[in-house]
Amino acid sequence: MSELQREAPSGAARAIVAAHGDLAQGLVNAVAVITGEGAVFHALTNAGLDRDSLESRLREVVQNSGARVVFTDLQGGSWTLAARRLQRTMPELVVVTGTSLPVLLDFVYCDADPAAAARQAVERGRSSLTSVSGPPAAAGA
Amino acid sequence: MTIELYRIDDRLIHGQVVVGWGQPLDLRFIVLVDEEVAASDWEQELYQMAVPPGMEVYFESVDSAAQRLPEFRADSRAGLVLTGDIETMIRLVETADGIADVNVGGIHHREGRRQRLRYLFLSKDDEQQLRELAELGVRVTAQDVPASRSLSLDIILNGGET
Repeated sequence: MSELQREAPSGAARAIVAAHGDLAQGLVNAVAVITGEGAVFHALTNAGLDRDSLESRLREVVQNSGARVVFTDLQGGSWTLAARRLQRTMPELVVVTGTSLPVLLDFVYCDADPAAAARQAVERGRSSLTSVSGPPAAAGA
Repeated sequence: MTIELYRIDDRLIHGQVVVGWGQPLDLRFIVLVDEEVAASDWEQELYQMAVPPGMEVYFESVDSAAQRLPEFRADSRAGLVLTGDIETMIRLVETADGIADVNVGGIHHREGRRQRLRYLFLSKDDEQQLRELAELGVRVTAQDVPASRSLSLDIILNGGET
């Protein structure tokens, strides 16, 4: 299967996960393993697509799925820019950048409208980002 | 410092540019040469949002970029000059002096293009334009990110390595 074809199946997804390489598919797979609700998301890769193709592909998936939230990885990445362009004609579209697994997991279980669910998921993602150090070394070790 | 890279990339500013090149080269400014973007406040706002704090973007037409190139080259910070297509880079090379190397960083799938590299799809016209660029005395190489191998135009046009 070529990189251009490597996408999650379409359907009535509530949101789109659009990321570099295989990241989107990996995140959606992880959501499916944890919750069994992978179908909530439609995964997109940017492999092989230029600016215009990214925007038209995203428009097509948004229209076909009815999804109103696009989760992207990098704030300055090509999917984020494509999604922001799409907002010109689809102002109801919500774009979330810096997406992580906790963000998606929260979105799965939130029954609020898409924009509110996205806002809540962002807060969950922020709060789950931590740096944990080990205990101090024992004296004399 | 100077202009570290003259790059053709049809995604313009995106992850590979900002992070892939931006981090190792410590890029502090990008000169985005594109007539359409230079004429659109909305597009400029979009690209401004795409760069991290501490990185500046200058939006230029070919003519204004050529005019300001000495100023950019004299900048103490490291910079990158970016066009979205080969034709714009050819016009820039013809208008400005001293562009010796051009990096082809991303030309993606479109009807009529054949895949040469993972990130490089070329039509016959694209190939001809790359040859034109080389005939202007420019060393043309393909490389998407610093960690990948830099490939000469000969290698690209004679099969590439998919």
